[in-house]
Amino acid sequence: MQQYTDFFKSQRQKIDEACTPLLNSFREAAFDIFQRTGFPAYQSENYQHTDIADLLKTDFGFYIGHYKIDINPYRIFPCTIHNLNSYKSFLVNGRYYEERVPDLPRGVFSGSLNDFAREYPLIFTKYYNRQANTKGDGLAAFNTLFVQDGYVLYIPENVVVEKTFQLTNVSGGNIDSLTNRRILVILEKNAQAKLLVCDHATDEKPVLAITQVMEIYAGENASFDFYDLEESSLNTVRVTANFVQQEASSTVTANTITLSNGITRNNYQVDLNGKQAEIRLSGMAIADVQQKIDNFTCINHHVPACQSNELFKYVLDDEAVGTFSGRIIVAKDAQKTVAYQNNRNLLGSSRCRMYSKPQLEIYADDVKCSHGMTTGQLDEKALFYMRSRGIPYAEAVLLLKFAFTSDVIKEIRLEGLSDRLKFLVEKRFRGELIKCQGCI
Amino acid sequence: MLTIRDLHASINGKEIIKGLNLQINAGEVHAIMGPNGSGKSTLSAVLVGNPAFEVTGGEVIFNGQNLLEMLPEARSCEGLFLSFQYPVEIPGVSMINFMRTAVNEHRKCKGEAPLSAGDFLKIMREKQSIVELDKNLVNRSVNEGFSGGEKKRNEIFQMAMLDPKLAILDETDSGLDIDALRIVANGVNQLKRPDNAMIVITHYQRLLDYIKPDVVHVLYNGRIIKTGGSELALELEEKGYDWLKYN
Repeated sequence: MQQYTDFFKSQRQKIDEACTPLLNSFREAAFDIFQRTGFPAYQSENYQHTDIADLLKTDFGFYIGHYKIDINPYRIFPCTIHNLNSYKSFLVNGRYYEERVPDLPRGVFSGSLNDFAREYPLIFTKYYNRQANTKGDGLAAFNTLFVQDGYVLYIPENVVVEKTFQLTNVSGGNIDSLTNRRILVILEKNAQAKLLVCDHATDEKPVLAITQVMEIYAGENASFDFYDLEESSLNTVRVTANFVQQEASSTVTANTITLSNGITRNNYQVDLNGKQAEIRLSGMAIADVQQKIDNFTCINHHVPACQSNELFKYVLDDEAVGTFSGRIIVAKDAQKTVAYQNNRNLLGSSRCRMYSKPQLEIYADDVKCSHGMTTGQLDEKALFYMRSRGIPYAEAVLLLKFAFTSDVIKEIRLEGLSDRLKFLVEKRFRGELIKCQGCI
Repeated sequence: MLTIRDLHASINGKEIIKGLNLQINAGEVHAIMGPNGSGKSTLSAVLVGNPAFEVTGGEVIFNGQNLLEMLPEARSCEGLFLSFQYPVEIPGVSMINFMRTAVNEHRKCKGEAPLSAGDFLKIMREKQSIVELDKNLVNRSVNEGFSGGEKKRNEIFQMAMLDPKLAILDETDSGLDIDALRIVANGVNQLKRPDNAMIVITHYQRLLDYIKPDVVHVLYNGRIIKTGGSELALELEEKGYDWLKYN
């Protein structure tokens, strides 16, 4: 931690150099928080199986200032998904990469964090860091301290965008590096949009560490679909803090999928602030060798008549470690709350480990809440049944694993993406996936 | 086609099959009857290679090959089929995907190219009609939410798709109403040919009214204690198994 506070104090000018003054103006307060709290403590209640300070202790090269980017994402990662027409954006090592400006609907902003701060200072000030500052821990403060750039999606009141926004994060380089990036999503009243974020690493060798803070604001009756797909490298450390704030009758669907990674920690903190708000939060984690995936979720039902539906599935093999924490807090006055949580885990070897912690705190008395958690192995009877029909063992295992993930894929409402995912998941289980096949 | 010599098998250290001999030739239908716990289902499980059972002695020759040394999937590709007494539900795996994988694995064993999607669907529709299987069932997960009758019809449908040399029907009649029984039996009879054979395991004469056996065996305490023609089944129905135990 000391190295980072020292770095901030001594390199302040460099850190600020390539950013707008408005973005820089948030750093001081973040510095105070980070200096006071540091990184979240290992084995504290919310971080029992992930040691953030240890993961970020390496002497990383920072991506700050105007880095010369020699990755052209349009060439390396065109990320064209069949049947999915999208507005494409890229962040290369955390910096917005612009080549073509898409022809967006009137009033909509999809672009760089710094540009947004310059062009829409009032809206920026209203939303940026509001959730991260009040609800985030030292990790969020750390990100605010060093963030260089990021992506903003802003959909004004009553605007419905049918076409999907697609953001591709590309990380790479020759040295161990740390990228701090930011995503800000603002949907005003009655706005609708869909965002797909794909995370890629171009290089297998150096340790690529990433912190990402994402703030989502869904205004009254807004609808937002968010898909987060990680396909990085074994040497990637990805720590994300995702904050969702929803007003009355808004609907947010968030789906976080880890197809390949190194060590991943995803925090989701959801606040249902207006009546009849609904969140569907789901995730799928596929890990083998020594991969680690830790999803921490906390859904706050502050007001009556909101709904939350959580589904997380893990398929682990070899020495992989999976963690799922699902906290649901139903406030005293949040009557008629409906909250479901489901976590199912499939263990393919005797050496992999799964930690699952459902945690429901219900202070209202007229609610429908349930949670279910199972961790088990492949169904031996089903395996034998398939083999007795001539399907070889390995193929039967594959079919069962694939079947296990099918209901998370069903949650995806982008047809092109669900087809793509079926293909990628099957390849992943066959051990063929190294990089996203559609991207090369 | 199938020769079983002095077969011994056990589960969890308990011997169930205790020296069983059986010879089945192409074109024959054999019925195996016997009281509960006599080893009927164990015999079928051992033949298809269920890993829960341990073979402790004897040999089984199927089409000239040592069956007991083969993996379950290899036995299937060689032409052995079991209609399960309790078909297994596999949520998330569609019938189409399941059957296409199985059929193409069989084709691979024979050195044939995989079927095109169109050809596969055509064959599937054709075979579904044999057991009057609802065409919508194939879009659902394997056996998931199927009624008892649908599950058994689905077994015979799979048998039709895989076209086995030797099919073992393990209490296919249990849990079936009269109409379903007739449909299943008709399906089985349509699949009978001079070059294949069947073992029909049942408690009741009822099924044998529809599927005429050439040979009837009585299994008791892990051994075949009596073998006869189809009239033996009638005699058993009338006199019960006790009649044999004391004779």
